[in-house]
Amino acid sequence: MPSSTKSASFCIQLFRALVGIALFLILWELFTAILHLPRFKLLPNPVSVVKEWVSFAPVSGRSIFTAEYYLDMLYSIARVLIAFSLATVLGVSLGLMMGWSRIFYDFSFPLVEIFRPMPPISWIPLAVLILPGVEVSVVFVTFIAAFFATVLNTLLGVLSIDKNYFLAARCLGSKPTQVFMNVVVPGALPFIFTGLQIAMGIAWLSLVAGEIIAGQRGLGYAIYEGYSLFQNDQVVYYMLTLGILGFISSAGIRAVGRKLMTWEARRRGI
Amino acid sequence: MSEITSVARRRAKSTSARLKTVLKNLFNLGNLRGLCAIVVFVALWQLVIYLQIPYLKNLPYPRAVAHDAAGAAVTSDYWIHWGLSLMRIFIGFIAAQVIGIPLGLAMGISRTFKQFSFPLFEILRPIPPIAWIPLAILFWPTRELSIYFLVFIGAFYIQVINVIQGVSNISVSLKWAAFSLGAKPGDIFWRILLPGSLPSIITGMTVGMGVAWNVLIAAEMIAAKGGLGRTTWESYTNHNIPFIVVGMVSIGLAGSLCSALLRWLGKQAMPWTKKF
Amino acid sequence: MTEGMQIPGAISIRHVSKIYDPEGVHVEAMRDCTFDIAAGEFTVIVGPSGCGKTTLLNAVAGFDNITAGEIYLDGELISSTKYQIQPNVDRMVVFQNGALFPWKTVMQNITYGPIVQGRMSKMDAQAKAREMLELVCLNGLEDKYPEELSSGVQRRVEILRALINEPRVVMLDEPFRGLDAVAKTVMHEFLMQLFCASPRTMFFITHDLDEAIFLGHKVVIMTTRPAQIKKIVTVDLPWPRRHSVMNSKRYIDLKREVLDAVHEEAKKAFEAGEREMA
Repeated sequence: MPSSTKSASFCIQLFRALVGIALFLILWELFTAILHLPRFKLLPNPVSVVKEWVSFAPVSGRSIFTAEYYLDMLYSIARVLIAFSLATVLGVSLGLMMGWSRIFYDFSFPLVEIFRPMPPISWIPLAVLILPGVEVSVVFVTFIAAFFATVLNTLLGVLSIDKNYFLAARCLGSKPTQVFMNVVVPGALPFIFTGLQIAMGIAWLSLVAGEIIAGQRGLGYAIYEGYSLFQNDQVVYYMLTLGILGFISSAGIRAVGRKLMTWEARRRGI
Repeated sequence: MSEITSVARRRAKSTSARLKTVLKNLFNLGNLRGLCAIVVFVALWQLVIYLQIPYLKNLPYPRAVAHDAAGAAVTSDYWIHWGLSLMRIFIGFIAAQVIGIPLGLAMGISRTFKQFSFPLFEILRPIPPIAWIPLAILFWPTRELSIYFLVFIGAFYIQVINVIQGVSNISVSLKWAAFSLGAKPGDIFWRILLPGSLPSIITGMTVGMGVAWNVLIAAEMIAAKGGLGRTTWESYTNHNIPFIVVGMVSIGLAGSLCSALLRWLGKQAMPWTKKF
Repeated sequence: MTEGMQIPGAISIRHVSKIYDPEGVHVEAMRDCTFDIAAGEFTVIVGPSGCGKTTLLNAVAGFDNITAGEIYLDGELISSTKYQIQPNVDRMVVFQNGALFPWKTVMQNITYGPIVQGRMSKMDAQAKAREMLELVCLNGLEDKYPEELSSGVQRRVEILRALINEPRVVMLDEPFRGLDAVAKTVMHEFLMQLFCASPRTMFFITHDLDEAIFLGHKVVIMTTRPAQIKKIVTVDLPWPRRHSVMNSKRYIDLKREVLDAVHEEAKKAFEAGEREMA
C-alpha cells in the first residue's frame, strides 16, 4: 500500500475510534448530569470524574497529584509482580515437566485437575486461615490464579509441538536434556507467552477481588473504600487506572515475547 | 498410521473384547499413578495437621471435611445455595452470549463498525470485573441484578474477542466458493460465517465460563445473600473451618459441571470436528 | 559403486511384518517383506498411498518396532521382535513435511547435529556448514529463519542438516512432495550433486515415478496394504543422470514397466478404499 493511502486509512481509523469514544462519553454525561435519568441518578458523570482525577485538592484525597494515589498503585503493582513472577517460574516449570515426562504427568495431572477448577477467590478464606498475615494471603490467591493458567498453557504448548521435531532431534543424536532445551522449551514458547498474558489478566482480576475482600491498601481496596465513603468519582478513575495498568502489563509481556521469539516476529514481518 | 487405523476402526469387535479394553483402559498405569498421587496428598494433609506444622496446622482434618460434606449433602439448604449460584451463573452467562455474540459478529463482519466500537471496547476491557461492583450496585435496583451484571461482564469481553477472531479465521476461499455456487449475502452469513465461527464461539464460552465462575464467587463473597461463595465466606466468619473446604470443593465441582456441560454442547453443535 | 571402497550402509530386510494394535483394530501394514539395499546405493520405494512405505522407514530409523522378521545394517541386527535400536545419527531421516527447527537459523539448524553429538566444535561445524552451503550455492542464508525461506530452500537446508553428520543411511520420506515441477528439477540436481560428491546409502520414498526412475539405482514397488514387495526394477541408466536421459528409449521402457506395476496396485487400493467407505 502506498504510504499516502496508509496514513490516510490510519487517520480514518483514529477519527472513527475517537468518535466512538466521544459518543460514549457524551451519552454518559447526558444520562447522568443533564437528563438525570432515574437509573443513572447515583452514577458519577464524566466531567466530575475527570475534575476529581486531576484536581490538586481532591475530596477523596486521591488524585494524580497526591502521593496516596501512587502509593495505592504501588501496593497493587508490587503484589501482582510478586505473585506473577512466582506463578511464572513455578507454573512454566511444572507445565514443561508435565509435557515432557509421561510419568510426571500421570502423577501430577489428577491433582492439578482437582485444584484448577476452584476459583482462586474461593481460596481466600482458607488462605487467610493458614498463611501468616493478610498480605501473604492476598498475594497467594493472586499467585494461585496465575499459576494454573500458566501451567495449562505451558502444557498445551509442549503437547502442541510437532512430533517430528522430537524425532529429528533424536536422529541428530541429541541426548534427552538437549532435546528438552532445543525442542521443548523453544517449541512451547509461543503458547507460554499467550498463557502469560492470560495469567497476567487473571492475576489483576484476582488481586482486586482479594484486596476488596481481605486487603488493606491497594487499588481494589481503595475502590471499595471509596464506594463506602460515597466517593463515586474516585471509584471510576481508579477503575480506569486498573484498566490502564492491566493493559500496560499485557503489552509488556507481548514485547518480551517478541524479543525472545525472533523467529515468530520475522515470520509475521514485524 | 492414521490413514490405516481410521478405516480399520469400523471393524466390529466382540463384546468381551470390548469389555476387556474398557477395563484395561481404566486400570492402566497412568490412572494408577494418579490415584497414588491423590492418596499421598490426603495422607500428607492428615500428617501436616497431626504434626502441628506451623500455620498449616489450622487446616481442618480430612475426616472432618468429609463428615461435614456428608452432613451438608443431605440438607436442603446446601442445595439451595447450589441453585442460587447456578441460576446467577446461567443468567449472567447467557446474557453475555446474547449480547456478546452478535456484537462480536458485527465487529468481525463490518470493519467500519469495528473501527467505531473496538477502541472503546478495548479501553474498558482490562478493567477487572470485580472493580465494577460499586458501579453495578449503584446502578441496578436489586442486588441480584448487579450480580448478574458482574457475571455478564466476566464472560462478555472474552466472548466478543473470541467471536471476532473466529470470523477473521474463516478462510476467504470458503466465501468465494459459496458465491460461485450462487449464494446471497444472507446465505453467506447463516451458512458460512455462523457455522465457521462456531468453534471460536464455543472456545469463548468455555473460557468465559471459567472467568464467570471466578467473578461470581467473588461477588457472592462480597455482596450477595446465599449462594456457594457466600456460605463459604460465612463459614469463615463463623469459624466453621471444615465447611470452608466443603464450600471450596463444592464450588470447584459446580464449575467443572458447567464446563463439562459446555463441552458436551460443543460436541453436539459441531459434529464435524473430531478433536474438541 | 562398491568395488574396493568399503562404504557402510548395507541394509537387509528379512521377512518383516508390522501389525498395528494387534489386540484392537488389528491393522496389518506390512507382510513378509524381504529385500536388500546395497551400501552406497540409491534405492527408491514407490507404492500406493498408505501402503506401508513409511512404516518400513520408521522401522529402519528406529521410530517404531516390527512384529516379525529382522532388519540388519552392515550385518548388525537393528530391529527384530525382541530388539529395537533407537534413532541415531547412523540412520538420518528427512521428513515429509519438513522438520527444520523453526526457532533456529539455517546455520544453527545445520550445525545442530555435530555440535550436540560433541563431534565438532562450534567453529568447525560452522566452517563445514559454510562449505556445504557454498557447494550448493545457498550461501548468504546462514542467519535466516526457515519461515523466511521458500519451501524448496527449506528442503535443501534440511538435507544438508542430515548430510553434515555423515550418516551411513539417509532416509527421505517424500521430501519433494508438494513442490512444483520446476523446483523439483532443481532438487534432483542438488541431490545428485551431493550424492556423487560423497555416495552413501539413500532410502527414498516417493509417489513420483519419474523422480523414482531418474534418481534411483533400484526401484522397489510395494503392493497395496498389507504391503509386500511386488517388484524390484533395476534402473540401468548411465550415471550420473542427466535430464536428457528421460527421452531415451530405455527410460521409457523402464517407466512403462514401473507404471504398469504401480497402476495395478493403485487400482486395487482404490477399490479397497471404496469398499471400506461404503
